[in-house]
Amino acid sequence: MDRGGRMTAVVPTRATAPASGVRAAARIVAAPDGRGGTALPVLDGAGPLALRRTRAVAPGTAQVTVVGAMSAPLGGDHLSLDTRVRTGARLAVGSAAATVSLPGRCGRSATYDVRLTVDSDAELCWLPEPLIAAAGSDLAMTTRVDLAEGARLVLREELVLGRAGERPGRLVSRLTVRLDGRALLDQGLALGPGAPGWSGPAVLDRYRAVGQLLVVEPRFRDRPCQVAVLPSDPAEGEAMLTPLAGPAALVTALAEDALMVRRLLDAGRQAAAAAAG
Amino acid sequence: MTITTTAPANRAALLVLADGRFPAGGHAHSGGAEAAVAAGRLYDATSLEAFCRGRLDTAGLVAAALAAAAAAGVDPLLLDEAADARTPSPALRATARKLGRQMMRAARACWPSPVLDALAAARPRGAHQPVVLGVTASAAGLGPLDAAHAAAYEAVSGPATAAVRLLSLDPFDATAVLARLAPDLDRVAQQAVDSARLALDSDVDALPAASAPLLEIAAERHAAWPVRLFAS
Amino acid sequence: MHLDHPETYPQRYSHPSPATALSGKHPAPTSSSAPTVRPDGTRRALRIGLGGPVGSGKTATVAAICRQLRDELSIAVVTNDIYTREDAEFLLRNAVLPAERITAVETGACPHTAIRDDISANLEAVEDLEETVGPLDLVLVESGGDNLTATFSKGLVDAQIFVIDVAGGDKIPRKGGPGVSTADLLVVNKTDLAPLVGADLGVMARDARTQRGELPVAFTSLTEPDGIAPVIGWVRERLAGWTAAAA
Repeated sequence: MDRGGRMTAVVPTRATAPASGVRAAARIVAAPDGRGGTALPVLDGAGPLALRRTRAVAPGTAQVTVVGAMSAPLGGDHLSLDTRVRTGARLAVGSAAATVSLPGRCGRSATYDVRLTVDSDAELCWLPEPLIAAAGSDLAMTTRVDLAEGARLVLREELVLGRAGERPGRLVSRLTVRLDGRALLDQGLALGPGAPGWSGPAVLDRYRAVGQLLVVEPRFRDRPCQVAVLPSDPAEGEAMLTPLAGPAALVTALAEDALMVRRLLDAGRQAAAAAAG
Repeated sequence: MTITTTAPANRAALLVLADGRFPAGGHAHSGGAEAAVAAGRLYDATSLEAFCRGRLDTAGLVAAALAAAAAAGVDPLLLDEAADARTPSPALRATARKLGRQMMRAARACWPSPVLDALAAARPRGAHQPVVLGVTASAAGLGPLDAAHAAAYEAVSGPATAAVRLLSLDPFDATAVLARLAPDLDRVAQQAVDSARLALDSDVDALPAASAPLLEIAAERHAAWPVRLFAS
Repeated sequence: MHLDHPETYPQRYSHPSPATALSGKHPAPTSSSAPTVRPDGTRRALRIGLGGPVGSGKTATVAAICRQLRDELSIAVVTNDIYTREDAEFLLRNAVLPAERITAVETGACPHTAIRDDISANLEAVEDLEETVGPLDLVLVESGGDNLTATFSKGLVDAQIFVIDVAGGDKIPRKGGPGVSTADLLVVNKTDLAPLVGADLGVMARDARTQRGELPVAFTSLTEPDGIAPVIGWVRERLAGWTAAAA
């Protein structure tokens, strides 16, 4: 796909999919390799979630790419991805393409649960491509992050309602982040058919793509970032960078499409990085 | 057919607490309506209704759940933390604490209680308003469902009142919007109480975290205006 | 919400104190129902409210009081603007007081609500000032420019000044209203403009007497040297009374 979230190679059917949907649990564990780098003692793909260790972008960091071997999730699927980064390790996770939520044959909803645990003095960059809710789909996505004191995190979540020119699917998402056991960020969205008020002037209005980029960085504790409403043409999108009540900065972006959301999140990430020094 | 005539013993206290004239500072806040008017998103009764529906099922649901949980006896300091986590905009966090402090003043004058005193001592600059509202409800002898109703109603009555002032909207039209939302207010209040029960048995993550990105972004824009009619 | 009475409203219903009941029609000077001591037991600052119609010179009066008294008293100001910080910024620009002694309260398009029906934001502003700039002798609470019915709650201020001006027409005292008839001090400002606008100060004084009985009226012209003097004299009296009550 291109960066605009428009699929260039849509794989809308999974010929072998069972009517009851797939249950798949993938796992990643990252730990120091003893030579200043990061090893991956566990890298277990499952079902449609295939995992590949790919060339690292940053030294000392293990890079993993989630490769959507089959189009997923479909209605009725229950997918989970559990990742742990142990003390001293650095892990970056991305995906090869956008994840497309599609209607299943059984008409049931799908779930996708991501669980991320980052130990003290460990770092996780969780930067998947957008999640696109295709027309007729119904997905509940939960991301639960547990950070130890001193953990570092960059996490991006991009949700797009409908493929290009398509009606939105139904998408319920929840991102819960705890730091040292205490609530740091908790954001839910209920979008698409049946969700009350979502397309009104308080929630998304006419925007169809929404993104968050969270940076948790111990240095923010003494020096929180400043609030910045990011410059943009409101016809295309709008975004802001805000300090949270803990050592973290959040970029919130809304836009017409995935491309613009990504641009705004990138701009916000740069502003946050400048603040972190 | 039988008609249930029993109501909670302190039902009238709910009227006092939920009255728009309750002196807890709400009159100076538009609940995001002023920013939405400026952005051209709120301009008549129809768009007011759409605005209120969105606010009710996001900020309203979260506020109702926090209030219900506080009234049910969940630790108000944990709820205060949960409220922070559900509010990315520092301007909205500051507003919630300011209004919480103002509500605390009114609450202690109306329903003196050691629980209110303890929360005031722990958060002298103010706890999030819905948390204070929930503790107040319990000090007034009200239950979690009452607290949820009061919080949910406030989430839509504030913008409706502000829209009348900002747009010179016909007050009958604005009030009719609130009347049409009544079944949704009941639904949201019940949903809030159900989640508060779960939170009592598990933790605050059981409470909803429904967010409204436009309300959050617009609140930061609004806070930076040099001239405005409403504080938020 | 508005609780306004129409401008023809003849008289504020104030709960008469025993003293009022004895002295006749007009209530005794306002005395605040707010606690008079700080949490540490010391007597808090005297709080004086200034109200009145738009453009009558409330902010200029506040500025003049501050200039006259700031060297001998610890003063702070709370403004209640319709459009947020306009008045506070005027005071800042004119360096009447250091910035940390001036707070603006936002009133949601209803300035009288913030000083009368729901005073919580103003009380918090006053208490915050006491907390951040130390013990104060005098806090001036300026209302947003409003109509003739706006008065301060006794829960917020100890005494109130109502400021009108001759340019608003010499019939204002006759029209009465709670501000004109019950304020502890009525200030008739801009007397220098009287000849220009054809206002008769004598008529204004007589009508004010009819409305206010023995309550004082001060005629001021802030463009003249020491034009604020009558107001300063009254403020000093109130302060002396406030301090004496503490002893």
